[in-house]
Parts: sequence; C-alpha cells; structure tokens
Amino acid sequence: MNETVREPARPDGPAPFERGTFDRRDRALILAHLGVSFAALLIGALAGLFQGLQRTGFIQLPQAVGYYQLLTAHGVSLALIFTTFFIIGFLYSGTAKTLDGRFRPFERALAWIGFVLMTAGTVMSLLMILTNDATVLYTFYAPMRAAPWFYIGLALVIVGSWFSGWTIFASYYRWKKAHPGEVSPLFAYMSVATMILWIIATLGVAAEVLFQLIPWSFGWTARINVELSRALFWYFGHPLVYFWLLPAYIYWYVNIPQIIKGRLFSDSLPRLTFLLFILYSVPVGFHHQLMEPGIGAFWKFLQIFFTMIVVVPSLMTAFAMLATFELSGRLKGAKGRFEWVRKLPWKDVRFFAPVLGMAMFIPAGAGGVVNASYQMNQVVHNTLWVTGHFHMALATTVVSTFFGIAYWLVPALTNRKLTRGANNLGILQSWLWFLGMLLLAGSMHIVGLFGEPRRTAYTTYRDHPVVEVWLPYWQVMGVATVFVVLSVLLFLGIVVYLWAFAPRLETAAEYPIGTPLDPAQRPPRILERWSLWIAVTAVLILVAYGVPVWEMLQNPEPGSPPIRSW
Amino acid sequence: MLNIHLPRYERIWLWIGGASLVLFLIILALLALLGDLNPPGNMRMIAPEAVRTTPPFDKPGLKQIGPNEYRATVVAQMFTFQPASMTVPAGSTVHFEVTSPDVVHGFEIPGTNVNMMVIPGHITEFTYTFRKKGDHLIVCNEYCGSGHQVMMGSITVQ
Repeated sequence: MNETVREPARPDGPAPFERGTFDRRDRALILAHLGVSFAALLIGALAGLFQGLQRTGFIQLPQAVGYYQLLTAHGVSLALIFTTFFIIGFLYSGTAKTLDGRFRPFERALAWIGFVLMTAGTVMSLLMILTNDATVLYTFYAPMRAAPWFYIGLALVIVGSWFSGWTIFASYYRWKKAHPGEVSPLFAYMSVATMILWIIATLGVAAEVLFQLIPWSFGWTARINVELSRALFWYFGHPLVYFWLLPAYIYWYVNIPQIIKGRLFSDSLPRLTFLLFILYSVPVGFHHQLMEPGIGAFWKFLQIFFTMIVVVPSLMTAFAMLATFELSGRLKGAKGRFEWVRKLPWKDVRFFAPVLGMAMFIPAGAGGVVNASYQMNQVVHNTLWVTGHFHMALATTVVSTFFGIAYWLVPALTNRKLTRGANNLGILQSWLWFLGMLLLAGSMHIVGLFGEPRRTAYTTYRDHPVVEVWLPYWQVMGVATVFVVLSVLLFLGIVVYLWAFAPRLETAAEYPIGTPLDPAQRPPRILERWSLWIAVTAVLILVAYGVPVWEMLQNPEPGSPPIRSW
Repeated sequence: MLNIHLPRYERIWLWIGGASLVLFLIILALLALLGDLNPPGNMRMIAPEAVRTTPPFDKPGLKQIGPNEYRATVVAQMFTFQPASMTVPAGSTVHFEVTSPDVVHGFEIPGTNVNMMVIPGHITEFTYTFRKKGDHLIVCNEYCGSGHQVMMGSITVQ
C-alpha cells in the first residue's frame, strides 16, 4: 500500500470542523429526530410504569386499559421508536460533522423523506395500539392478527429508516469522492457500518411484514406460515440489538476520548470490531427459537456457534475502553498502576453516564452467553430472566450512554451551555437510573430462574406455592420501576431545559471527536471495501439460513388463519 | 492483509477469551452429541383446525407406555391446557407432545427443565424424568391473549 499521508498529524486541539455551529438545516433535521425519540421515551416510560406496577400487584388498571395493551405500547415505543429515532439523530450529527461539516441538499432531502415516513408510521402504529387493535406486543407473533394499519405503520418506519441509511451512504460517498485515497473519519465509517447492518437485518422483518402479515391481515391470503414468520422476525430481531449497541460503541470509541481529553487507542481496531458485528450479528436469529419445533437441531447449534463469535469484538471493546481511559489518565501525568483512575472526569455526566452503562454491560454480556447456550437456554427461555437481560443490556448499557450523549448533543445543537447544575442533576439522574435498573433487572434475573414467565399480567396461579418465592421480588421490582420512571422524567426535564432555557453560548459549542494516538498508523484499506464484507455476510447468512428456510418453503406447515385473542 | 497493530496485552487478553469460548462451545457440543442434551423440537406437523379430531390429540391425556414411562399428549389452547392435571409416580419418564389449535403458547414447568414453545401447525416434543415429589405448576410462558395469565395446569408427582 503506497499511499501518502495527505493530512498532517493534527496538532493538539480539535480540527476546524469540530468547532463551529451546526448548519441551521442540519440542526432542524437532527432536533426533529431527537424530539420524536424523547416523546416516544415519555410514552414508553409511562406505559412501563403502569404495566410494571400492575404485574407486581401494586395497582389495578381501570377497565378501559389492558395490561397487554400497555406492554405493547411500552415495547413498541421504547425498543422500536425511541431507539431508532435517537440513533439516527446521533449518527446524523456525527456524519455531518466529520464529513466536511454539513450535509448537502440531496442528502437532507433523503433524510427528511425518511423522517416523514418514520413519523407517519409511528403515529399510525401507536394509534392502533391506543384503540386496542394491535395488542400483539412488539414482537407481533402470528397468528395473532393486529389491524393491518399497525403493520403498515411498522413497514413505514422500516422503509423510512432505509432513507436514513441512504442519507449516510450518500454523504460518505460524496466525501470519498472529494478526498480520494484518504481514510474516512472513524465516526462516519462506523455510521456506515451501523446502517449496513441495519438494512441487511431489516430485510427479514420487511419481508415478513410486507409479504406475510399485511396481505394476511387484510384477508387477501387465508393462512400464514407461522414458523417462517418467526424465522424472518428473529433474522431481524437479534441484529436489532446490535443496531442499538453500535451507536453506543461509536460514542465510547470516538467521542469519549475527546471528552476525557485523551486519544483514540487505535483507529483500526474499532473498524475491525464493527466489521465483525456486521458479519456475525445476522446469521444468529435461531438462538431466540431454540425451544421450538420446525427447525433442525443442527441448524440451531450452527447459529449458536455464530452467535458466540460476537464475544470477540465485545472483548476487544472492553480492552479498548480501559486502555483509552488509562491512556487519558497517563497523558494527564498519572503515575503508578492505578492513579489514572483518579484522573478521569467522574463529575462530568457526558463521561459518567456511559461509564455506568459500561459497568452494567459486564453482567449483561455474561447473561447473554447463558441465553445463547443451547441447553442452558431451557432454564431461562421466556422467563423474566430474559426481560432482566435486556433491561441491563439495552435499557442500562445503551440507554445510559444515550443519556450521556443527549446531555451534550442537545445543547450543542441549540448552542446552549451544559450548565454545572444541569450536569450535576444529570449525574443524579444517571445514578437513579443505574440503581433502579440494577434492582429491577437483578430481581428479574433471580425470579426468572425460579420460573416466573415474562409478559404475564398479575397472577398468583390460584395461589400456587411456587409463586410464594416470587413475591418478595415483586416488591423490589415495583419500587425499582418507580425509580427508573422518575429518572426518565428527570432526564426529560433536563433535556427541555438544555433545549430551550439554558444560557446561550458566546462561542460555538464543542462537538467532541477524538483523535488517534498515532495518526501515522493508517487503517488497512481492505477494511473499507464494503462490497467484500457485504458479500461475506451474505455467504454466512446463506450458510446459516439457506437450508432451514428452504425446508420451510418446500415442506410448508399447514399454516394458520388470523386470530384476535385479546 | 489485515495488518493491524495489536498490543501484546490485548493479544493475551483475546487469546484467553477466545480459548475459553472455544472450550465452552466444545462442552456444549459434547453435551448435545454424547449426552443427548438437546432443546425441544421435532419436525412433525398438524393443521390447527384438525387438532381436535386427529389422534392422538383428539384424546389428550396421559398414557402409560412402559414401566415408569408415560406419554403426555397435551393441547395448549386459549387459555387452558388439556388435560389440566396429570399424576405420575416419582421417577417416571414423561414424553411430552404438545400442539396448539389457535395461537402460539408456551409450556413451562418451573423448577424443571421442561420449557417448550407450542406453535400452531407443529408438534413440540420433549422428554423429562420427574424425580422430585410434589405438585408441579404448568404455565404458559408466551403471551397468547387477554387470558394468558390464567393459563395453567399441574402435574403431580407421587
């Protein structure tokens, strides 16, 4: 590889594009996405509050509201809407910043089309949940049939998010044209990788919704192949969790080094990490279907093998984070083995909130290995253990990181100051969130091992003795639910303040982008040959899914007519 | 090709992590192949409308098929199990076969490894030996509709 280093190693201090306000039009675009995501967060949290207090026996719901209706609203608003809008807003901010400072009109047009489609779809789906015509939970398993408009709404969200992906691809392509031979900025590279992963993953659920659920819910087709629909859903359902996780990783890898006044530990390893996620997050969906018929044991085990490979990029990330932190402490003059720990900005919520999330990722990851362990899954499948698992991994690791992002991104967009008071309230809010989730998800894990099923309204199973063991954990879960909802309300209050009321900045707000420790070390070119990695991904998907899905089509099950069971 | 600089400690860290992962996967594979420890499954199918008229599901229940060996034919439906209760002597091996005439259900016995998805159109099978005496609760652990929380059964081990 015979390329010249075009850009000189940067002097200390950020490069020019990292200062300066956002373009007015980009700002409107990003704030629109964040606004919808925060609205979904509020709806989802309130639904979670009443749902959580009902199932633990603290309250009874009024006749007009169903437990499962609230649970559907909780799952759809938080897992599908809040995350997707927040992630796209955050990725836009960093790609616009690092790809020559702003989007171009064509890119913005794509982005707005995506936003309008996704928002229309969200409103449509939430209305159907509100009228109790889509009480099918966020996994919408057939043959329970929701109103067709619920599925159409979801399809609009998916198709809209593809436009968001194209926005990012178009700006990346534009930058590559303008900077031939240069290595792309890390933030943009990771955003491209995240959206490639997202588009490959959503192909599955889009096929399920467009070709199976919508025609069937309208009555145009009489029966649905249930097992095929589940396979398509989980083809999407597992990479979905990496779609949540990767933006958090972007923040950890790219932004945090600058916030803690350190350096990027490496510019190449994070790229490799993201490639491994593209390769090994899709051909793994069967590990959500280990307990069911219609899929051969061999294929289940093969996908377990692929699932476990993502342990490797997770270990790489754990190492890189600690190395980045140590490096930052030592750059500030820390000596000895552990003095660097004290040099870290513990009182800065932009750092502190995601670090709490990272800490929770250790038990969350260990629990995930249990879930995916073929035989061991039998002990925990569909128990509250699983709910506890993703309240650690998604609701704590990812969402706590999103809190940390929002605390500086919102004022950076409105050119306001993250005041000391807001920062300190944010630290309080993060603690409340972390401890609340620790109690909530911890209890869910334990009571799940005692066999309590997930997704179940308040019941004592006619006072069966098994349930007695569960009761003390319900007390903890109920109290913890109140904790985390208070934390969300506090967060939203701080965000409103930062959005509209915090003092304006005289100079432009900083957008933190870390610089590599050793800029002379260029990432290998092959890491950016996307067609190669997409082709390898396609082969892996074909290996993992080809035969079993072919069998589902060649030797189809009898199929099921639609049923409304609520 | 992938000429990426890895610091020495990171290489050690990844080797330890990678090796324990491989060891772990080998153990899982050996348990599956030699110990015959596989999760429930099976490829048998049945049309959901035909469940109530097709043997053996037209007469769900417990049938002795050998010394200390039983076959439990169970229909999981909105929002009951048929049969609702079963009784077996301690030490019995029970071969479960479960299907659904309507939506997706779960079949879980807390405190045991019995945990199955019941998918309409398919028959799920799993074998378990009950050693502990007592009244075991059977719950549906997959959301199946407004009465999901009352869907229960019992298996008594004497």
